[in-house]
Amino acid sequence: MRRLLAVLAVLVWSGAAWAAPERVVSLGGSVTEIVYALGQGDRLVADDESSLYPEDAQKLPRVGYYRTVPLEGIVSMKPDLVLASENAGPPKTLDRLAQLGVQVQRVSDGPSLDSLYQRIEQIAGTLHAEAEGKTLANQVRDELAAAQARQAPARRAVVLVNRTGSFMGAGGHTAADAVLRLAGMENALASQNGYTPVSTEGLATLAPDLIIITSTSLQASGGLDAFKARPDVSVTPAAREGRIAVINDLLILGLGPRVAQAVSQIKDVAR
Amino acid sequence: MFAGSRKLPPRPVLLALTACLLLAMLAASASGAVHIPWRDLPRLLWGTLAPGDELLHNVLLDIRLPRVVFSAITGAALALTGAAIQALFRNPLAEPGLVGISSGAALGAVAAIVLASGGFFLIAGSAFSGSLLATFLAYSIGRRYTGVAGILLAGIAINTVCASGIGLFTYMANDSQLRDLTFWSLGSLAGADWRTLAWTGPWTMALLAYLCSQWRVLNALLLGEREAAHLGFELAAVRRRLIVVIALVIGPLVAVTGGIGFIGLVVPHLMRMLLGAHHRVLLPASILGGALILTLADWLARLLVSPAELPIGLVTSLIGGPFFFWLLLRGKASGQNL
Repeated sequence: MRRLLAVLAVLVWSGAAWAAPERVVSLGGSVTEIVYALGQGDRLVADDESSLYPEDAQKLPRVGYYRTVPLEGIVSMKPDLVLASENAGPPKTLDRLAQLGVQVQRVSDGPSLDSLYQRIEQIAGTLHAEAEGKTLANQVRDELAAAQARQAPARRAVVLVNRTGSFMGAGGHTAADAVLRLAGMENALASQNGYTPVSTEGLATLAPDLIIITSTSLQASGGLDAFKARPDVSVTPAAREGRIAVINDLLILGLGPRVAQAVSQIKDVAR
Repeated sequence: MFAGSRKLPPRPVLLALTACLLLAMLAASASGAVHIPWRDLPRLLWGTLAPGDELLHNVLLDIRLPRVVFSAITGAALALTGAAIQALFRNPLAEPGLVGISSGAALGAVAAIVLASGGFFLIAGSAFSGSLLATFLAYSIGRRYTGVAGILLAGIAINTVCASGIGLFTYMANDSQLRDLTFWSLGSLAGADWRTLAWTGPWTMALLAYLCSQWRVLNALLLGEREAAHLGFELAAVRRRLIVVIALVIGPLVAVTGGIGFIGLVVPHLMRMLLGAHHRVLLPASILGGALILTLADWLARLLVSPAELPIGLVTSLIGGPFFFWLLLRGKASGQNL
C-alpha cells in the first residue's frame, strides 16, 4: 500500500512538473500577440500596457509597462509562468521572480524574422503547444512567401511616426526597417540608427518615392488630406504620385506574426 | 533666539513622529498588491508556516519589508540632507533635487553604466563624484548672488546639463543596458532588497548620525557666516566636510533609487513650521518626517494602480510641487525674502 502511494506520489509530482502552465503573465506586446496566435490566450492572467493586439489582450489586468514591471504586482497574479520579452525588465525584478519560484521564460524580441520564428518556437515550447507553434510558423512563412511573391517595384521609402507633434523616421535596426526590406523596398533612412527626428527640410531632401505613416500618427497630423498638403510632404515624389500608405502602428512598428499583412499593404501602394 | 521661534514642545512631537513612522511602516508592510490578512501577520513572521504560506511569507519578508525599510531610510536621508543644505547654503529653497545634486549623481551613475558597464561599487562611486561636483558648483554659484535667485539659477543650469548628459548617454546606449530615462527623472524604490540594504542602510545611517551631530555649526550659520566664524567655527573646513558628507549620502542612494524629488524641500519646511529652526531638534525631526512621508508615498505608489505601480517621484512631486508654489507665493505676500 505504502509503495503504491509512493509510486502515485511520484506520478502526480512528475505530472505536475510536465503539466502546461495554467496561469501565465505575458510581458511585451510581441509576446502576448503570439500567445493568442497559438490559441493559448485563455491561459493568460495578466499582461502589460504594450499588449494591444488582439483586443482581448487589452481586457486583461495590466502589470504596468513591460520595461519597468513591479515585482509584487506580478506575484499578486499568482502566475506559474512569466513569459517575458528579452527587453522586459528591470532584470533584477525578473531574477527575483525566479528566486521566488515562479518560472520565468525570456524570449527573443529583436526586429528580425529570425527573432520572430525563434520567439514562436520558444513560447510554443514553454506552453507545451509545439504543434500549434509549428503550424503558426509555417503559416507565417507561407503567407510571407505569398506576399513577397507579388510583383512591386522597389521604392525608396520612409516610415514616419508622429507621437509628439513632430515626425520621427524609422532608421536601421528597427522593426519597420526589417518590414520594408522584406517588402523589397529601400529604406531612405537605413543609415540612421533607430528612430530619428525628420525635419521639414529633411523629408524634402530625402525625396522618398513612398511614404508610410502609421494610423495614429496620421490622426495626430490631422488626417490624410492635411498630411498630403503639408509643404514638406507635398513636394515629395511619393505625394505627387499618390504613394502614401497608412498602416496600423502595431503592424509596421513591430515584426510579429502578421508581418505578411504589412508587406502586402506596402506593396499595394508601391505599385 | 531659537526658544522664541519654537512653536511646539519638541519631545512630544518627536515621539508622535516616531509613533506615526512605526505605524506607517507596519501598514505599508501589511498591504500591497498581494493580499495578506492582518491576522496572518504574526504567524507569517514568527509562527510555523502552513504549506500555503510560503509565498505570502516570501512576499512579506523578501519583497515588502526590505522595500519599506529602504524607503524609510531613503526618505530620512533626503529630508536630512535637505535640512543641512538649507542651513549650509543659507537658502530655504536648497534641496538635493532642485539644486541638482541628485541629477549630478544620476549623471555619474549613468556614465559609469554606459562607459564602463560598471559593477555596483563603481556606479556608486561615480554617482558620488557627480553629486560632489554638482554640490560644489551649486554652492559656488549660489554664493555669487544674494537671496534665493543664485541657487535656483545654479540648480537650473546643473539640472539642464545633467539631463542632457543623461539623455546623450541613453541615446548612445542600447536600452537594455540602461534603465530608461524615467528611472533617473522620477525614481523607483523597486531595487530594494536585503543585499542592497545591507550596505546602503548602515552607511547612510552612520552619515546621517554624523550630520545630526553638526547641529551647532548649522545653528551658527543661521546667524550669518561672519557670526559663525566669530563663534569659533572654521567655516571653510566645515563647509567642505559637510558637502562631502552630503554627496556621500546622496550619491550611492541615487544610484539605487534614481531621482526622488521634493522630500528634501517639503519635510524640513514642515518641521520648521512645527518646531522652529533649532537644528538640534530640526535634524532628527527631519529624519523622522522624511522617513514617514516617503514610506507613505511609496505605499500609495504601490497601491493606487495595483497590480501596476506609479513612479515614486510622481507621487512625491504631486505633494511637493503645490507645496513649492505655496512657499513661493507666501514669501511674496509677506514681503519676505522667503
